[in-house]
Amino acid sequence: MHEVSAQVNAGEMVTIVGPNGAGKTTLLKCLLGLETADYGEVIRAPDLRIGYVPQQFKPQASLPLNVESFLTLYGKINPSIAAELNVGKLMKQQLSSLSGGELRRVLLLRALLNAPQLLVLDEPTAGVDVSGQGELYRLLKRLSEQLGFAVLMVSHDLYVVMASTERVICLNHHVCCEGTPQKVGGDASFRALFGDDLANQLALYHHHHTHEHGLGDEDYPHEHHHDHTGHHHG
Amino acid sequence: MDEFVLRALVGALILAVMMGPLGALVVWRQMAYFGDTIAHAALLGVAVSLLSAGAVPMTLAMLIVALIVALILARYARDTRFHADTLLGIIAHGTLALGVMLVAMSHNIRVDMNAYLFGDILAIDWMDVSVLAALAATILALLWWRWRALLMVAIDPAIAAVEGVHVARTHLLLTLMLATVIAVAIKLTGVLLMTALLVMPAAAARYLSHTPLQMAMRAALLAMVSVSAGLFMSLNIDAPSGPAMVVCAALLFVLCGFFR
Repeated sequence: MHEVSAQVNAGEMVTIVGPNGAGKTTLLKCLLGLETADYGEVIRAPDLRIGYVPQQFKPQASLPLNVESFLTLYGKINPSIAAELNVGKLMKQQLSSLSGGELRRVLLLRALLNAPQLLVLDEPTAGVDVSGQGELYRLLKRLSEQLGFAVLMVSHDLYVVMASTERVICLNHHVCCEGTPQKVGGDASFRALFGDDLANQLALYHHHHTHEHGLGDEDYPHEHHHDHTGHHHG
Repeated sequence: MDEFVLRALVGALILAVMMGPLGALVVWRQMAYFGDTIAHAALLGVAVSLLSAGAVPMTLAMLIVALIVALILARYARDTRFHADTLLGIIAHGTLALGVMLVAMSHNIRVDMNAYLFGDILAIDWMDVSVLAALAATILALLWWRWRALLMVAIDPAIAAVEGVHVARTHLLLTLMLATVIAVAIKLTGVLLMTALLVMPAAAARYLSHTPLQMAMRAALLAMVSVSAGLFMSLNIDAPSGPAMVVCAALLFVLCGFFR
């Protein structure tokens, strides 16, 4: 990866898209401090609290641990968020006995325990069907508005991106293009990467989406030149 | 009770208390083969001590070799060309073979290799028991102090790191604790049966536990039962003590599996 510069501002929802091997997860890991970049820097707001939902999490059956003790290991459980995520009735279940969907909700609740300012999700929709993806997105959106955290996620599934994000960063070893889903969908480099069909879909879908809700494009944030309340990596 | 039996029993019980929670961590982190490798490598320490004609005390020599190997493993575990078990197999058997060869070549020394391969708990003295007690106090204190971090790393290292845990440091702590306990315990249980006493009680405790702490404490309890039962079995039917303890631990595992 080279010449990557990305920024997440307080309260916004940003998705990194790109083909397999584009460096999406690596970029995320650098931002999280799990890996160090050979050069460049990550600027964080002072005392930034990050909640992290990893791409792969396989609870070990050899480790006896129920959902409640798992969660309390990281922080205090907020019952109302737990209820909203439908985790309440799972509390006494062993972590290793949860279904994929249940585990996803538990991991999301875990990431929200310490009231993060930034929620980072690596491929949150992997293995989720399309209707589930939409649900997940709406949930993230609602929680993000309600609790006031920014969202940074990696996804190579463009449906979520179309339906969700305010800003898309398209990555393929470097940042090819960046902006609203609509703008990115019209970008030549994005078209080269994902093909015209998808790009058209992205631009179109987003167009419809905004109209359905009676929102004009002007309601969407354009280029961001705010303070560095989030990440910067270059 | 004869004093030598009492000494052996006290020593074995102290060892079992440490082995319980460490064994649980070994099971969670899938480090059984790692423990085995350290134990095998420690035999090289026996050779070094014998060749130095006792200038380097046996336990110290084993400790030094165990710590060096542990550090090498912690450093090179990330070589992605091989799976960890390949590297462990090379080090375990390379060092074991070298140790046995060096001991056999030192013609003027007569040693009973069995004592190192399978342990001789009846041969320990009160000095060994006090070293074990001091070690157990230290290990249990360290475990208590870093339990949350150790557990978080066992659950998911990436989440632990984002939550501010020093993952590498925590892993190193566990590695060094294991190496130290293994080096000190070889006199009692031998090189070949070391991991059995780490893994079996912890695995048996898994059947009976619903929380990590419960599993760690019950592993200690089951380890204590195993070593006492094994010791008395060995005295009554004149069986070697190390294998007898391991047989008891294995039986206990099967029993817990039935009654889970």
